[in-house]
Amino acid sequence: MHVLQTQDEQRVQSDAGAAALGRAIVITSGKGGVGKTTTTANLGTALARRGANVALIDADVGLRNLDIVLGLESRVKHHVLDVLEEQVSLEDALVRDKNSPTLYLLAAAQTREKDEVDTQKMIALVQTLRERFEYVLIDCPAGIERGFQNAVAGAQEAIVVCTPEVSAVRDVDRVVGLLGNRFTPQLVINRVRPQLVKKGKMLSVEDVNNILRLPLLGVIADEPDVIVSTNKGEPLALRTDSKTASAYHAIAARIAGDDVPAPTVEYKETFMDKLGAFFGGRR
Amino acid sequence: MIEFFNRLFGRQSSGATAKERLRLVLMSDHLSLAPEMIDAMKRDLVDVISKYVEVDRDKIDVHFEHQDRALAMLANIPITGVSRNGASNGTNGTNGHYSNGHSPVHAEPAPSHAEPAASTEPGRGSESPNAGEVPSGDAQPVSGHAQPVAATELGTGSAPPSAAEISPAKPKPKPVTAKNAARPRRKRRKTQQ
Repeated sequence: MHVLQTQDEQRVQSDAGAAALGRAIVITSGKGGVGKTTTTANLGTALARRGANVALIDADVGLRNLDIVLGLESRVKHHVLDVLEEQVSLEDALVRDKNSPTLYLLAAAQTREKDEVDTQKMIALVQTLRERFEYVLIDCPAGIERGFQNAVAGAQEAIVVCTPEVSAVRDVDRVVGLLGNRFTPQLVINRVRPQLVKKGKMLSVEDVNNILRLPLLGVIADEPDVIVSTNKGEPLALRTDSKTASAYHAIAARIAGDDVPAPTVEYKETFMDKLGAFFGGRR
Repeated sequence: MIEFFNRLFGRQSSGATAKERLRLVLMSDHLSLAPEMIDAMKRDLVDVISKYVEVDRDKIDVHFEHQDRALAMLANIPITGVSRNGASNGTNGTNGHYSNGHSPVHAEPAPSHAEPAASTEPGRGSESPNAGEVPSGDAQPVSGHAQPVAATELGTGSAPPSAAEISPAKPKPKPVTAKNAARPRRKRRKTQQ
C-alpha cells in the first residue's frame, strides 16, 4: 500500500513536471553571418525582461560567440561540453546574465569540435533545462552538418533567421527542408534596409516570404544601433528607446503568445529619393 | 510611376534581378532534391513517346538547365525504331490516360490525314504542332524542351508554357517509303542544338 502510494505520488509529480516543461527553441539559418547569435541574445533578453526564466545554449562549439554579444565573456568558466561530459554540474556551468537576473547562458566550448558533442546527451541536457526554464533558446551554428543536427535535436520549435539576400534565402529554404515535419519554423527577416527596398535595390519582406512562405515572426531593420550594442556587449533589447529594440520586444511578445502584430520596417520616401531614383536608375 | 518609366526604358532594378535569380535557383534546388519525381516524370514521358516510336529506355537522359530567364528541361531520348502502330493510337484524346500503345484494331500505319497526336501531351497548353511527329529511320535522337510543370510551386519563368515540345534534332531526309509517304510532313521544325 505504501509502495503504491509512492508510485502515485511520483506519477503526480512527473505529470506536473511534464506540464511545466519549458519551450526549447532553436535559432537557425543555414548561412553564417545573418544574425543568429544577435537574434538569440536579444530574444533571450527580451523574454527575460518579460519576467520569464530563460536559458541560452551556444551550440556553436569551436566558435563561441554568444558570450561576447551578451558581454559575459569574462564570466564564462565552464562550457556545454564540460556539462555533457559530466566534468562540472549544470549549476556551475550556467552563467547568470549581468543585466537580466532571469537570463542564463551555457557557453560553447571554444577549443573543441562540433563532432565531439553526443547528440543523445545534448537532447537530455535540453530536457533538463526545460524543467527549470520557461524558455531554452539554442543558438545553432551555421551549416547543416553535425553541429546543426545537435542543436536541432533537443528543440521542439524553430526560428529561422534570414536576410534579404539570394544566398541567405536559398540556405533558409534548404534548412527548412532539413527541419522537416517535426517543426513549423517561424521566420525573422534581419538586416532589412527599407530605403534600399523602396529603391528596388533589395529584396523586400514580401519578396522573401513569397518564396519561403513561413509564419512571419518579425522584421529587424539594419540599424547602426545593433552594431553599437554588439560592440558594447549589451543587447539592444535592454533598451526601450530604440525602434530596433522595440522590434525585438514585439517578437518576444509574439513568442510568448501575445496577440501583437509582427513588427515591420518602414521608410518614408523623400522627394530627393524619387528624383535620384528617376535620374540615377535603379540598378 | 518611376517603375513605369524604368520598365519603358528596359531598366531592371537589382532587387528584381535578385528575385529572379532566387526563383530560378530554388526551382533547380528543389528539382535536384526530388529525384523520385524526376524518375516518375521520365517514366511517364517515355511511356507517351513509346506509343509512337521505339526508344532506348536505358539511354534516356533528362536534365535541367538555366536558359536565359527560365529553367529548361532537356530530354535526350534515342529512338531505335518507329512503332508499328504509329500515332493513330494516341489521338483518342483521353486526357491523361496513357494506353500501352499497342492497339489490336489499328494494325495499319497512320492514315494519311492523321493529325499529330497533340492531345496526348501531358500538362497544360497542348498546342505544340510538332508533338507526335517523328522522323522515320533508326536511332535518331529526339530532344525535348519543356518547362517543368510539376516541379515546384514557384511557377515557371517568363517563357510561354509550352509543354513537351518535341522536335527532332537532325531531321535526316530518308528515302520515302510507302509508310511515311502517307504521313504529312511539316516544314517548320524547331531544331534544338
